[in-house]
Amino acid sequence: MTQLDHRFIQQLRDILPDNAVLHEEEDLRPYECDGLSAYRQLPGAVALPETVAQVQAIMRLCHQQKIPVVARGAGTGLSGGALPLEHGLLLSLAKFNQILDINALARSARVQPGVRNLAISEAAKPHGLFYAPDPSSQIACTIGGNVAENSGGVHCLKYGLTVHNVCRVEMVDVEGNIITLGSAALDSPGYDFLALINGSEGMLGIITEITVKLLPLPQQTQVLMAAFDDVIKAGKAVAEIISSGIIPAGLEMMDQLSIEAAEDFVHAGYPKDAKAILLCELDGTETDVATATDEVNSILQSAGACDIRIAHDIEEQQLLWKGRKAAFPAVGRLSPDYYCMDGTIPRSKLPDVLHRIHELSEEYGLRVANVFHAGDGNLHPLILYDANIAGELERTEEFGGKILEACVAMGGSITGEHGVGMEKINQMCVQFNSLELQQFHAIKHAFDPEQLLNPGKAVPTLHRCAEFGAMHVHNGKLKFPELPRF
Amino acid sequence: MNNNIEKQLQQQIQNAYASNTALRIVGGNSKAFYGLPVAGDRIDVSSHQGIINYQPSELVMTARAGTPLTDIETALAEHNQMLAFEPPHYSASATLGGCIASGLAGPARAYTGSARDFVLGMTIINGQGELLHFGGEVMKNVAGYDLSRLLTGSLGTLGLILEVSLKILPRPRYETTVVIDCNQHDAIQLMNQWAGKPLPISGSCFYQDKLFIRLAGYQQSVLSSVSTLKAKIIDADNLWHELKEQQHAYFNNSLPLWRLSLPSTADTIDLAGDSLIEWGGAQRWCFSNEPADKIFALASQAGGHATLFKSSDKTDQVFQPLQPQLMKYHQRVKTAMDAKRILNPGRMYKDL
Repeated sequence: MTQLDHRFIQQLRDILPDNAVLHEEEDLRPYECDGLSAYRQLPGAVALPETVAQVQAIMRLCHQQKIPVVARGAGTGLSGGALPLEHGLLLSLAKFNQILDINALARSARVQPGVRNLAISEAAKPHGLFYAPDPSSQIACTIGGNVAENSGGVHCLKYGLTVHNVCRVEMVDVEGNIITLGSAALDSPGYDFLALINGSEGMLGIITEITVKLLPLPQQTQVLMAAFDDVIKAGKAVAEIISSGIIPAGLEMMDQLSIEAAEDFVHAGYPKDAKAILLCELDGTETDVATATDEVNSILQSAGACDIRIAHDIEEQQLLWKGRKAAFPAVGRLSPDYYCMDGTIPRSKLPDVLHRIHELSEEYGLRVANVFHAGDGNLHPLILYDANIAGELERTEEFGGKILEACVAMGGSITGEHGVGMEKINQMCVQFNSLELQQFHAIKHAFDPEQLLNPGKAVPTLHRCAEFGAMHVHNGKLKFPELPRF
Repeated sequence: MNNNIEKQLQQQIQNAYASNTALRIVGGNSKAFYGLPVAGDRIDVSSHQGIINYQPSELVMTARAGTPLTDIETALAEHNQMLAFEPPHYSASATLGGCIASGLAGPARAYTGSARDFVLGMTIINGQGELLHFGGEVMKNVAGYDLSRLLTGSLGTLGLILEVSLKILPRPRYETTVVIDCNQHDAIQLMNQWAGKPLPISGSCFYQDKLFIRLAGYQQSVLSSVSTLKAKIIDADNLWHELKEQQHAYFNNSLPLWRLSLPSTADTIDLAGDSLIEWGGAQRWCFSNEPADKIFALASQAGGHATLFKSSDKTDQVFQPLQPQLMKYHQRVKTAMDAKRILNPGRMYKDL
């Protein structure tokens, strides 16, 4: 039974075909969570529009009746950004799944928000082009969600985040008007709202069309794997590669627990006794890649790598990557549940952060596997826990929160690519002071004065931060550990 | 020089807020010609100087807004690094703050990115006199709205920039320039076709039936690209610098200078005046006496926009008029950051 009244459902049906309005519990169930399944909530109703005019009509209706709206793409987000509201409408953009135009000469693709990330690169491939940002969920996640979260991937250091690869966004504002941000040119008059909408987590408007930049496919790629008997040595090797003037397409680090898990799972040939491995992908012209491979190889040797492998062919490159790409599910085999964090740090602070994580791991009695986008300082500690043990999820969340606080203390951020959503909303109070949070609220107010677009996500109220701060007074121990902290 | 005057700057803005006084933000005054003139009390950021953090292996630099751009570039060059968006100086006095507030970029823009693409974080004072910090010194940071990138290019109308953190890139190891004789239509085609190939292009310019292409990267692949392009190498060491700084002979003209930012594939625009094309076709300069309305309309029809970049008469609109809905959001965001409209009022649009 829906939490939104029958009159509203009927009004939605006046806009959409009957089968595009869901309000029975069994139909709502698939929408109760996104990729962060620890947080669940049935929406009041789900709408599945397929035209921009329908989205406009829905927004006008919701605006008039003050019904909050949560936009959703594929629901692969990891921070609860698409968590529904009990008395709100969940607006699925899944039917906006058309690639509208690939302009090979202009190197751009005009797509609907429900198009899958990987589908863009697949469509661009015959033209020798690709769409660079490649979040790990790229086979499923949608470009609309990528813009909302400013998604990253393993190739960010060289090719940038979503914000660097989007030229134009068409969105429907909270009142149902179409607004165009950016253009087919390289810049636009006025303020850079395109920068603002990327990573805005569905708080400023409903994205209905996106034009992305396409890049020429590199002629050649190469992958090197280096094993180290010490994490600090691996970290130094990263710094030396970057200092030498090479920008690798990808530079990833895994710690021992991740290596073991990945090796047992996919047999990529990682040395299981290594304390850390580095994967370095180089791309460019044939001669560029050959030169850079030699240079990286000698840097790795002098940095003290105990084992270096250079892939002989594409298959071996893919095998070396396979272990990294399967790291999350591989770690998932070690434990009933795992919790993925997303902090960023200046690369030089890696040993300090890993040390702090180790301390916390002992304190909480929970194991942690670390995978690290070493090139851009984005750390994904995976905390292993068992949700069936009473209180363990809550302890895991607290542990994770402390890792993020350590990242902030070392000059980093609580989230590099997953977004704040519902999950990290308390840690926002650590990264930003109350004036900064008020400034965010003022920006939100400029676009959505009545708090109808994804309310309660991404930016905490000052009241919430005051409560969160108060909870910290008692030596970091929560007063009521049994209470869920949403 | 290392000098922190943020307290004074904050005090001056707080006083202006209390007394409803408009402020005109000044750094090196090298880009005073850009945008509309501002009436207001001068607030001088130029002595707020110093590189606060620079770690070559992190590819990050943080510096105060009054730091001369030449100091920044000299420090980077010592480590073989650079600001990859090649910001124009226009005068030896140019500062980092003005560079980011104007958001301008040089020849590499179409190939490596814009000023905002390299902004990682910012410390600012908003129009209420509040000192705020957004973003940071890490490559990836999606906590909160991306206000540091929003402020880039906002011409000081949303906040006074105190400090900026930028992503830095290594300088290319080898560079060369080639030239091809062709007409404008063919040049636009070639620039777009080549940008879609894995070629190490880092700059392009078409002027007087000559297409200049800069190639940058490893020496061997630069040289092999020269033969792929069937072009001849020329000695053009100063060309790109002269283009960036508008010291090239083309810019020696007293007519109003228009900048048209267009889709790179847009064909020749029917606009009377001497023109020069950069950025793979996406940036087109034209010295023209045609009326502003006509030029705005032409740019808009081509899918882009126009800016009256330099002119002896800049009293009216210099930036492309915005759609009313979009202007409404500009005004609301302006209010959110600068409630009393005291920071550079009217520098960008009369209503902001």
